[in-house]
Amino acid sequence: MSFKVTKPGLATTVQDLGRPGYFHLGIPLSGAMDQIALRTANLLVGNDEGAAGLEIVFMGPELIFARDALIAITGGEIPPKLDGQPQPTWTALPVKAGQTLSFDFLKAGARAYLAIEGGIDVPLVLGSRSTYALGTLGGFQGRKLQAGDELQLGPAGNGGRAGRSLPDSLRPVLPKEIRLRALPGQFWERITEQAQAQFFEDTWKVAPEADRIGYRFRGGRPLDFVPREPPFGAGSDPSNIVDGCYSYGSIQIPGGTEPIVLHRDAVSGGGYFMPATVISADMDLIAQLQPHVPVRFERVDMETALAARATHRADLERIRSALA
Amino acid sequence: MTRYAFGGDEHVYGELAPEMSLDAFFKGLSITNLVREAKIKGVTEVCAANASFQVRFDPDVIKPDDMLALVKELEEEAEHGPQLIETRIVEVPVFYEDPWTYETLMRFRERHQDPSGTDLDYTRKINGYATNAELIAAHHGTPWIISMVGFVAGLPWLYQLVEREKQIQSPKYLRPRTDTPKLCVAHGGAFGSIYSVRGAGGYQMFGVTPLPIYDPSQTQPHLKENMVLFKPGDFVRYRPIDRATYDAMAAEVEACRFEARIGKVRFSLDEYKADRLGTIRKLEGALP
Repeated sequence: MSFKVTKPGLATTVQDLGRPGYFHLGIPLSGAMDQIALRTANLLVGNDEGAAGLEIVFMGPELIFARDALIAITGGEIPPKLDGQPQPTWTALPVKAGQTLSFDFLKAGARAYLAIEGGIDVPLVLGSRSTYALGTLGGFQGRKLQAGDELQLGPAGNGGRAGRSLPDSLRPVLPKEIRLRALPGQFWERITEQAQAQFFEDTWKVAPEADRIGYRFRGGRPLDFVPREPPFGAGSDPSNIVDGCYSYGSIQIPGGTEPIVLHRDAVSGGGYFMPATVISADMDLIAQLQPHVPVRFERVDMETALAARATHRADLERIRSALA
Repeated sequence: MTRYAFGGDEHVYGELAPEMSLDAFFKGLSITNLVREAKIKGVTEVCAANASFQVRFDPDVIKPDDMLALVKELEEEAEHGPQLIETRIVEVPVFYEDPWTYETLMRFRERHQDPSGTDLDYTRKINGYATNAELIAAHHGTPWIISMVGFVAGLPWLYQLVEREKQIQSPKYLRPRTDTPKLCVAHGGAFGSIYSVRGAGGYQMFGVTPLPIYDPSQTQPHLKENMVLFKPGDFVRYRPIDRATYDAMAAEVEACRFEARIGKVRFSLDEYKADRLGTIRKLEGALP
């Protein structure tokens, strides 16, 4: 045993970068919702970027270490404490055997990532250590952590150095006004021109139903549909389609009322139309949104989406160089 | 005409037709098989759906426009290929109108179109059957094809091999349930389904099967190699069973001794269209 969970937090799960390749069996991507934050935490402690760490949501766990370790906490601001003493985030912290890691109340963002030197050693399932709780697959026994769980760490490398810290200038800052950039897609034409304009004009708020499966939004005006004869097999609601695949980041709007952006544990398919998809560069940002945060969707084209993706990648490259 | 669109910057989505048909499904299956076989650098997911498909790719490796062009090329190739698959038929025993499904559906009556009866009563009425037994007979009387796997891990969509006017159709619950028994055999729209895990759902519930279809621990003999039983293009033959048979089978499953009945079979869409009943007999004959 390397550390023991004494308090589990709200929904603390083991995650790495994900489990691509099994979507056609209904097994979603999984992995850290804020990918850059997990990569950075791993780099800080000298791990491979894809080592498994803990994803902490809203409320941190309490862990007792049974051996010395180097840890780092990144992502949303859930301030860590060692034996009750406040510790910095985005910094490699040495932990002694017997010390307790706990967390203060959430200050900003929504999800923190804890990397531990050596990485969390749970079995690889279909090539990943990520937890997919809906399918009781991967992670620690296929579920979120519970009090009493005892977890193992992998062998520590030699890249870790206590005190290593990510420069302030490279730490992501949550924008004051959240814009999620989206590309209109396959079923964009199902809603009227007025509704298309409305979707991007209105301010939406993150609903309490916001988790690894998807983020629901409320507060915009209901969207009107272009009338049609329901296609055979689609279902009678105007928002129904013959069940198809959902994209990572796709926005479905059941009944035209509450958009849901599908995230890393998303259902892989279903019968609701997806008029648009959030671009890949903005998916990490969603992981840091709390309920009730106001959000606007912003229409972009493919060129802008790819440029944003390149910028996001360049951010990661700068982090890599700073921590090399 | 296939309608293509990008799903964000990482997906190509192709809709073969807005409505469900075996033609649309088989075309999607052929295209996705070709995309998978082409081993295109940058492609990370290839997924066939009922009448559509999706390819996920890394736009840093292959540009979206190039990806789309490649998929369109492969679609042309798929048009000329024979709609022929080497596949399997699986017998799925069903305990219809079982007590666990009944208990669940009673808990969610206020979310249902017709709270006065069961899901089966309602589906029987709107599909013009005189008795539940007749609907049940229609449900297991003709095999189904797996037309998609997804929603959650290992959950199949099934489409029955009957003429369109004989397809069982039923709306989903007015508001989805927060619970569905594991391995519940259900129906929504024109599709059947088997819930691979316990959880939320909106399909009309008809019964349960003892046959495991998703086993992340991979301890069931028929799921040792793949934790997910079904793939698109497999066939299913439902077999009605009573409580005693269900209990006996469930005990075998519990002991990891249950022998699933699975047969290998070749299926041609052209052959099926030319001789529906003959093709169905051949499919059923392939069961051991």
